[in-house]
Amino acid sequence: MLRTYVIAFLIFLYAPITLLPVFAFNSGTVIAFPLDGFTLEWFAALRTNRELHSALANSLTVAGTTAVISVLLGLMAARANVRYRFPAKAAAMGLVMIPLVLPEIIVATSLLVVVVQFFGWSLSLVTVVAAHVLICTPFAVAILNASFQSLDPALEEAAIDLGETRASTFRLVTLPLVMPGIIASLLICFTISLDEFIIAFFLTGSDTTLPVYIWSLLRFPKQLPIIMALGTLLVLASILILTLAEWNRRRGIARAGGSDSGGFL
Amino acid sequence: MQQETTRGLTLIAPPLLYAVALMAGPLLAIVVFSFWTQDYLTIDRTLTLANYREALSDPIYRAILLRSLWISGLVTLITVALAFPVAYFVSFHVDPSKKSLWLFLITIPFWTSYLLRIFLWKVMLGFNGVLNSIFAYINIPLEALGNATGIAWLQEGLSAPLYSASAVVLTLSHAFAPFAILPIFVALEKIDRSLLEAARDLGETAVTTFLRVTLPLAAPGVVAALLIVFIPTVGDYVTPAQVGGPGGLMIANMIQTQFLGLNNAPMGATLAVLAMLVVTVIALATIWLARRLSGVRP
Repeated sequence: MLRTYVIAFLIFLYAPITLLPVFAFNSGTVIAFPLDGFTLEWFAALRTNRELHSALANSLTVAGTTAVISVLLGLMAARANVRYRFPAKAAAMGLVMIPLVLPEIIVATSLLVVVVQFFGWSLSLVTVVAAHVLICTPFAVAILNASFQSLDPALEEAAIDLGETRASTFRLVTLPLVMPGIIASLLICFTISLDEFIIAFFLTGSDTTLPVYIWSLLRFPKQLPIIMALGTLLVLASILILTLAEWNRRRGIARAGGSDSGGFL
Repeated sequence: MQQETTRGLTLIAPPLLYAVALMAGPLLAIVVFSFWTQDYLTIDRTLTLANYREALSDPIYRAILLRSLWISGLVTLITVALAFPVAYFVSFHVDPSKKSLWLFLITIPFWTSYLLRIFLWKVMLGFNGVLNSIFAYINIPLEALGNATGIAWLQEGLSAPLYSASAVVLTLSHAFAPFAILPIFVALEKIDRSLLEAARDLGETAVTTFLRVTLPLAAPGVVAALLIVFIPTVGDYVTPAQVGGPGGLMIANMIQTQFLGLNNAPMGATLAVLAMLVVTVIALATIWLARRLSGVRP
């Protein structure tokens, strides 16, 4: 009985996403049943849409930059957390992790107030990246904590005893062992940033990101089939990225000889 | 030892300073800002409680804040209740080598196209939507069912689900389901299985073992799940804007209107601060209550 419930739950979980390809290939312009016929028209329309291309380019730039900065900050925090003892460690780690549970509207409005009202700066993709790094870093820390924890400290000690410097030990021993964790967290941060809407909605200037552009299209019924086609491609891309991330995360834990505790968090 | 401490502090400094500069600082700024007022096109920087007075006395603001808490509370309870059996199944009935695959399957929808997932609920709930098509096809007499059970939105029949608070509850429960499963799963994984065997050996039935051993030991995970769902849903903007209609709008929509629509940013800041205060109080109360309850148990 429990198994039946869990399967029903999974169907409930996946039901909305499975509708995306259904309507993306449907030739009717209204997003409703019954379906009309098969078409590739909506996918073809994606190729000629200039605004879409620039929004996508913006989003990829933002997500790429966010992922690199978040993972660098995450590496430092996770390494400090696992390897060293220092005063007020719990409080410091807590502060770094808080954005994980802070409602995004709060992050968005508080940064908007600081940037516009206090400093009088103009909004741009830079402000979006700054905010995305804030919310992505905790995810990177969570993944990298696990990577560093499954690392045997004896390996680093051995390298130092054998004459390597601290820097070369990190480069030659530590880094390769946590590399799968680094790749996994890069991919996760990239996905989060690529998909994030509300912060980008508040903090973007004249250059929009992809979710902000999609949001503006949702008001026009005529554009909906094109959004369905775009959504289908986006979901496929995120599933691909996430599978790659998960594969890397597991590879890392297996390489370090740890047992899999399961899940990104 | 001293050197170790210095190295730890040097490493933690950049991420910590980043969080302070981009989170703690702005949060402080928004609190200061909420005491200022909008004077047509300029901001009056005299500190005043005027915004708070207005926010707490205006029935619209009060209704929206209460509705946000009510909707999020309901979403939290539904999500955690639906998630617990799934977490239990993965922890107790799935082969250990397949557990991470199951968790991966459960979390995938959470990471993909938040906007479009919400929008697809609009498609599912709409008048010609998927659910109504199914109901019409298998001919479920919704109105009669609604009249018999007294459930208001069923009484209104096929047009009712979309643009209502119940649509928001349904959509948010779906969106946050995976988030609730993970902490419960982690808590269940930590339970020493020999404790359960001991309970059975000492004469407890499967049901009483679950109620008296498993459930209390899973409590920390359940509390974490409650908080991890409640806190972000209170501030959700997209779902109420898409499927809520006028009767389903929440505090984030009002904050957004104040900032970007009505051009009364200080009022938006005040509402954000109030929402944050209420959420913090509720979160602390939940943790306190959970500690009390688990402390009383023998």
